[in-house]
Amino acid sequence: MASEQTRASGSPPERPIAIRLDRVTKRFPGAASDAVTELSLDLVEGEITAFVGPSGCGKTTTLKMINRLIEPTSGRIEIFGEDQASLPAHELRRRIGYVIQETGLFPHRTIAQNIGTVPHLLGWPAKQIRERTAELAELVGLDREQLDRYPSGLSGGQQQRAGVARALAADPPILLMDEPFGAVDPVVRTRLQDELIALQQSLHKTIVFVTHDIEEATRLGDRVAIMDVGGVLAQFAPPAEMLRQPANAFVEEFLGNERGLRELSLIPVSAVPLLRCCELAPTASCSDALAAMDREGVDWALLIDGDRCVGWLDRDLLKEGTSDVRAVAEPLTRSISPSHTLREALEVALTSHTRVAIVQEDGRYRGVLPIERIAAHLEDK
Amino acid sequence: MIDFLGEVATWLTTPENWEDDGGIGNRMTEHVLISVQTVALAAAIALPAGVAIGHSHRWPGLTTGIVNIARAVPSFAVVALALPFAIRLGLGIGYWPTFLALVLLALPPIFTNAVTGIRVVEPRIVEAARGLGMRERELLWQVEVPLAIPLILAGIRVAAVQVVATATLGALVGWGGLGRFIVDGFAVQDNVRVFGGAFLVAVLAILTEFGFSALSRWRSPRGVSQAAVAR
Amino acid sequence: MRGDQPFIRWEWIGDNRGQIWDQTVQHLELTVIAVGIGFLLAMVLSLIGIRFRRLYAPITSLAGILYTIPSLALFAFFVPITGLSTVTAEIGLVSYTLLILIRNITAGLEAVPASVREAARGLGYRQPRLFWEVELPLAVPSIIAGLRIATVTVIGLVTVTSIITLGGLGLFILDGLRRDFLTPLLVGTVLTILLAVALDAALLLAERWLTPAARATRGAPSAEGGSIAQ
Repeated sequence: MASEQTRASGSPPERPIAIRLDRVTKRFPGAASDAVTELSLDLVEGEITAFVGPSGCGKTTTLKMINRLIEPTSGRIEIFGEDQASLPAHELRRRIGYVIQETGLFPHRTIAQNIGTVPHLLGWPAKQIRERTAELAELVGLDREQLDRYPSGLSGGQQQRAGVARALAADPPILLMDEPFGAVDPVVRTRLQDELIALQQSLHKTIVFVTHDIEEATRLGDRVAIMDVGGVLAQFAPPAEMLRQPANAFVEEFLGNERGLRELSLIPVSAVPLLRCCELAPTASCSDALAAMDREGVDWALLIDGDRCVGWLDRDLLKEGTSDVRAVAEPLTRSISPSHTLREALEVALTSHTRVAIVQEDGRYRGVLPIERIAAHLEDK
Repeated sequence: MIDFLGEVATWLTTPENWEDDGGIGNRMTEHVLISVQTVALAAAIALPAGVAIGHSHRWPGLTTGIVNIARAVPSFAVVALALPFAIRLGLGIGYWPTFLALVLLALPPIFTNAVTGIRVVEPRIVEAARGLGMRERELLWQVEVPLAIPLILAGIRVAAVQVVATATLGALVGWGGLGRFIVDGFAVQDNVRVFGGAFLVAVLAILTEFGFSALSRWRSPRGVSQAAVAR
Repeated sequence: MRGDQPFIRWEWIGDNRGQIWDQTVQHLELTVIAVGIGFLLAMVLSLIGIRFRRLYAPITSLAGILYTIPSLALFAFFVPITGLSTVTAEIGLVSYTLLILIRNITAGLEAVPASVREAARGLGYRQPRLFWEVELPLAVPSIIAGLRIATVTVIGLVTVTSIITLGGLGLFILDGLRRDFLTPLLVGTVLTILLAVALDAALLLAERWLTPAARATRGAPSAEGGSIAQ
């Protein structure tokens, strides 16, 4: 994710354009204004694009125009260079995966039969369908046993997984998702989001998903398209760039007041140089500890044994004369790894007595990250 | 075909055919009268019972059971069986067996709709009424029954149409009514009379159905929507 | 009827076993033909009513009128045209089934969740496959409910058609009426009711067999919350 973060949206993409929207407009019959207004967008192959915006911004309408569940009033949509209007609609849709919020799983068919829907429509032999279904079940994290159940017998999260498996059954290059995780509770939602990211790393599909949740959009999207009411594109950029430089007041307001924090959640700890200081051997004395603290101007010190951090010292607890620092050392309760985000580091640092987050990797001490350094990273940009 | 319909029209409009006991006028009156009487009696029995049982919320599966049984028993059989029954009771043939059968057939729809009508009044409303301090009787008459009126009227409507229809079969047990034309005409292969009688019965039934629909729309307390009817 | 006559003369039943069986079969035949044709007709009319919304009200009104017309009158209307035959009876019987079947078929098809239809189309389904593989199977419970009501109603009405067709269990009822004889009257009535109950149960079983998905949730505890983490 880090490499995509740094690419500015203006640079030419290295990969082909999977979906091109060329001045696409949609006006529903009898409506006073356009639902989507002259939208032009190039979606690169292999990327996750999030459409996000307030109600009435036409994000779902736009998504549905890609697979022609809704026909554009004017404009052109190209899929891998081909005008999508040139194919019969149902054939187009069999080549594009589609996932919706309510799943729309067929209640009268088992999960296995649901997953095998598109292969069945395409006339695959039964054996091949069975194998593919088993493969997909494993990919999305469903048990064999669940395949023979009916949708009503599965929990919300499992149903969503089945919906995704069904969309991927015929291995379409493009996957459309309409608020796929909206109907599950936050814990499950985060889990499913993680799984989607992992899935994408092995599948490299072109994914377009609609969400009203800016958090989800910035978390999952390689690029985010913010739309205003009437299907007007406000900004189309990678999330970090958008958070740093909102294109206009609407985008700024939509991103909300926590832009800085959101940006922090996109940056890993490893992107920031760590501070090394106040490291003492367990055999050090109190006076050594206090001297180190005075030198650096902090009220804490760390006990390092080899490459492991075995505890930390609080200035207030040190009394002149105590010879063994180990007696007053506090154990390490929380630490973070280089792959955690700066936002998580900030959380840990804010709630720790020392105002720093201790960074470890595989149990090995790497350094500390003070709050100031985290904040400074934001200011630099 | 056209000629035939012309003959029927003639039959219907010839004044002599309207006079006498066997005339259209009298038969129509008989038919309407027995329908009104039997539905009224059935309502007098079934409405209080239905409202009371509905209000008590006992025997939840009762209405479904009654509806199913009533549907499975052919109305023709009820009329036919009423005859030996009436004879045993010394009531003779014709009017009383027909009357008895019609009352029996009218009871189930009126009863089940009354029960259901009371029971589907929203529990929240009932609770609110009780909470305001209404006594059971006040709750029943001022809240539950008014709200149940659409369904109650629907039940009476279903019963009335059923009764008007089955009264036709009364001709088979020696009674009169409009069915007389059909049965008698049949016996002598007078198709004009058969068709004419059928036409009159059909018109009467349709008028009953739509008459009640209009009545229901007019009489329901404002704001109470027409709930779907158990047919 | 003489007051000293016993309630049922069992010998009569024994003597007329053959006739009883024949008429029961006849009764069944008349019913199945009526409900079968009624179902096909109602299906066509329902699909028309769904496709052309404006036709729905007229179609149901017409079916409603046919339903309201008393059975004997309806049969009587057609006797001058098609004579005293099974055809006349069937026309009347089929007319009765239309209203309930159209209502239930339409309700069943319209109850298919919009999300299921959307997902199906999004995956690449189109008519007519969408109808046969998705919409119709999901409408089965409603359709069968309508079929059950129609069947039981028709079985009752076939007793009246015995006047025209001289077939079916209504013959015994008529016979009992004419001859002042209680036994055939009771036999005809009881067998009609039994036939109704039997067919109703058979259709219920058919529904169970056709809807394995409902079977899965029937009696089973509901799925773990809506969205508890697995």
